[in-house]
Amino acid sequence: MAEAAFDTPAFREYRVIPKLREGAMAHSRPFVAKPDFQEKLGFPGELVDDWERKAVEKMGELNKKYRSLQVFLDSCVKCGACTDKCHYYLGTTDPNNMPVARQDLYRQVYRRYYTFAGKHFPWLVGAKDMTKDVLDQWYSYFHQCSQCRRCSVYCPYGIDTAEISMAAREVMDHVGKGQKYCNEIIGKVHAIGNNLGLPEPALRDTLEGLEEEVLEDTGVPVRFPLDEKGAEVLLVTPSADFFAEPHVDGLIGYGKVLHRAGISWTFSSHASEAANFGMFIGNYENMRKMALRIREAALELGVRRIVFGECGHAWRVAYSFLNTLAGPFDFLDPAWPVPQHICEVTHGLIRDGRLRLDPSQNDDKVVTFHDSCNIARASRMGGEPGGQFTIPREILRACCNHFHDMPAETVREGTYCCGGGGGLLTDDLIELRVKGALPRMEALKEVVDDYGVTHLVAICAICKSQFSKVLPYYGFTMDQVISLHQLVGNALMPGGESGGESNGESSAAETPQPQAA
Amino acid sequence: MSLLTLSYAVLFYAATALLVGGLAWHILLYRRAPAPLKIPTTPAPTTRRGVVWRMFREVVFFESLFKSSKWTWLFGWLFHFGLLLVLLRHLRYFTQPVWEWVNWLQPAGKYASLMMIAGLAGLWLRRIVVDRVRYISSPSDHLMLLLLLAIGVTGVLMTFVWPVDIVSMKAFFLGLMRLDWQPLPPDPLLAVHLALVAALMIVFPFSKLLHVPGVFFSPTRNQADNPRRKRHVAAWAVKLERSGG
Ligand code: HEM
Ligand code: SF4
Ligand code: SF4
Repeated sequence: MAEAAFDTPAFREYRVIPKLREGAMAHSRPFVAKPDFQEKLGFPGELVDDWERKAVEKMGELNKKYRSLQVFLDSCVKCGACTDKCHYYLGTTDPNNMPVARQDLYRQVYRRYYTFAGKHFPWLVGAKDMTKDVLDQWYSYFHQCSQCRRCSVYCPYGIDTAEISMAAREVMDHVGKGQKYCNEIIGKVHAIGNNLGLPEPALRDTLEGLEEEVLEDTGVPVRFPLDEKGAEVLLVTPSADFFAEPHVDGLIGYGKVLHRAGISWTFSSHASEAANFGMFIGNYENMRKMALRIREAALELGVRRIVFGECGHAWRVAYSFLNTLAGPFDFLDPAWPVPQHICEVTHGLIRDGRLRLDPSQNDDKVVTFHDSCNIARASRMGGEPGGQFTIPREILRACCNHFHDMPAETVREGTYCCGGGGGLLTDDLIELRVKGALPRMEALKEVVDDYGVTHLVAICAICKSQFSKVLPYYGFTMDQVISLHQLVGNALMPGGESGGESNGESSAAETPQPQAA
Repeated sequence: MSLLTLSYAVLFYAATALLVGGLAWHILLYRRAPAPLKIPTTPAPTTRRGVVWRMFREVVFFESLFKSSKWTWLFGWLFHFGLLLVLLRHLRYFTQPVWEWVNWLQPAGKYASLMMIAGLAGLWLRRIVVDRVRYISSPSDHLMLLLLLAIGVTGVLMTFVWPVDIVSMKAFFLGLMRLDWQPLPPDPLLAVHLALVAALMIVFPFSKLLHVPGVFFSPTRNQADNPRRKRHVAAWAVKLERSGG
């Protein structure tokens, strides 16, 4: 596809909040889903007759199903505190990308049909009828929200625009206007088991190829097992990890860690996908159906633990929703939380001295860490609030000598989205993705200038793909983004000259010892 | 009974009924809608007690707002805290004998009205001057501030400039409460102040003032972060599970 012509926004010398430019991104909208893909998910193929009424009815139904929606629609006081918090506003300056304005596209219709003031005095409270123009605006701007929840951190009532975006997409799907990218992917998971539509034989091939590659590189026979019954751990990872760069180096890292720790594990071809785009389209039923595949695989393989690989929204669905959607998991080993994040596993092993890491192996890099939205603001790692910030950083420090955080307001709970989350990681939205990355790129530029940072470390498949794509627009190179577990893997089993060590599982018992550089 | 007294008596009964009924209705609505998924904005407390403390900080200190916009926080907090003191001070018109702690608040309460007005003026200025906030404002957002300002200013005028017959006014309100109606003193300033207050009570449950109950029901703030430890399912989701969906 030819890329639309647009300008990459310039770095702002001072972080002034840009003046708004109405309609700046009104042209941005993703491809619409084709009828057969819509129908596979249980939605009408195309815009139904009488869609206005049906959309409004669906809104009423959702208000009764989701307290968040009802409370958020009523409670906003238009204080404006969220207006400068969205990366899409900062990058595009389109006023409809201010979180409250985005919500208002939905709220105006809610008010018109469901509130006294909106029914009788629409002009007073900005209420609007459901019309084709409104629907077009919805389609455009609810696909300019990556559901990153940054706005909800700063709103005095915690109003989460992501919840409104999800509801709007659910309403649009129900009247037959779905988004191609998300809905095609969900269809593939239902049919085959992963976003890529990668069938079992191809997956097996890929994993065997990886085993050879790692053996050649390090001399260690690290295994990447598939569908092995009786393994202790079922590892569920985003399918991009099987192929994409730099994802696959992270996946090799998981394999190395589990190998060294002597933990038996397996992938599943039935649940070969951690991602769950059902969340992006706000559809509980589809989200649940995909989550159930993981439960089925765990039962079928007889594993005792479930561990998730590096992915942001997948970790939200896993950590926050899996127990709800597909629980209870009373058939798993109660000694471990269900599910666990691969970072929790690695962190625990490092803490217990079961991994011998040589951080000097990563001395050619100066790294910084990108907190993924869904991990930072919608889930947790470890036992304490904020573990999602400290655990990856402690891992990073254990395997890297040169680590510098980006400015405080751009990391941890205030982290800026990569610009490609929430079902927007598609080429038809490239302008939005590039512009939305501005705040993160500015923060990166700061540590590149101040500390000579060479690499941006991520723990999310979407972040990694998005950064590979947008880094070059901002004068960086695509290979500057790397997986956290690639660094772990390097420090654990260096490739090339120091290969040949194949003491496998016995290292689990060894105490770590300092290594000469 | 004069027409003035009669109309204000009816007005206040109606306003109170709408305020209480409207709020109760919305609270019921919020209670009844389930929160099917765990969506606290993290890092979040992991226990009930932690959640209570988080909510306390939100309601008393406007903690999230403090993180996001210092000016809005300053004006917003001046307004709300001023309003709180003013409301508490007004208890002396509805209690006989006046509670001890209300008497004790009296001097502070008198000046709190100025704090409230300053806060409202600042909020309104921000709404007009900052392009982003102006963009998101509907007429109702301006009118709400105007209404509160008008209540504040008429109140201040009565307190500091043109005193009204407080004793008869109090008799009127005690009378309303005891169903033993007394005449309302015919003072234009008081009549305006009271009409505006009744208007505020009436619009309260039909406007953004629903943020008052809303904040306590906000799932991103009132849920504990414990989804792995405790399974959380909504009633409609249980039905979905049973139906094999
Ligand atoms: C539980 C009690 C309350 C809490 C926690 C609360 C909290 C807040 C917060 C955080 C804001 C946003 C900041 C600001 O604009 O000031 C706000 C706005 C507002 N509040 Fe409240 N509030 C409460 C009670 C009330 C009451 C009783 C009223 C009026 C009768 C009120 C009227 C308003 C108005 C009019 C605004 C919008 C101000 C503007 O237009 O900028 N609040 N409230
Ligand atoms: S911060 Fe919250 S209450 Fe304020 S305008 Fe934004 S969504 Fe509305
Ligand atoms: S959830 Fe993120 S992308 Fe969506 S409006 Fe809020 S800040 Fe913007």
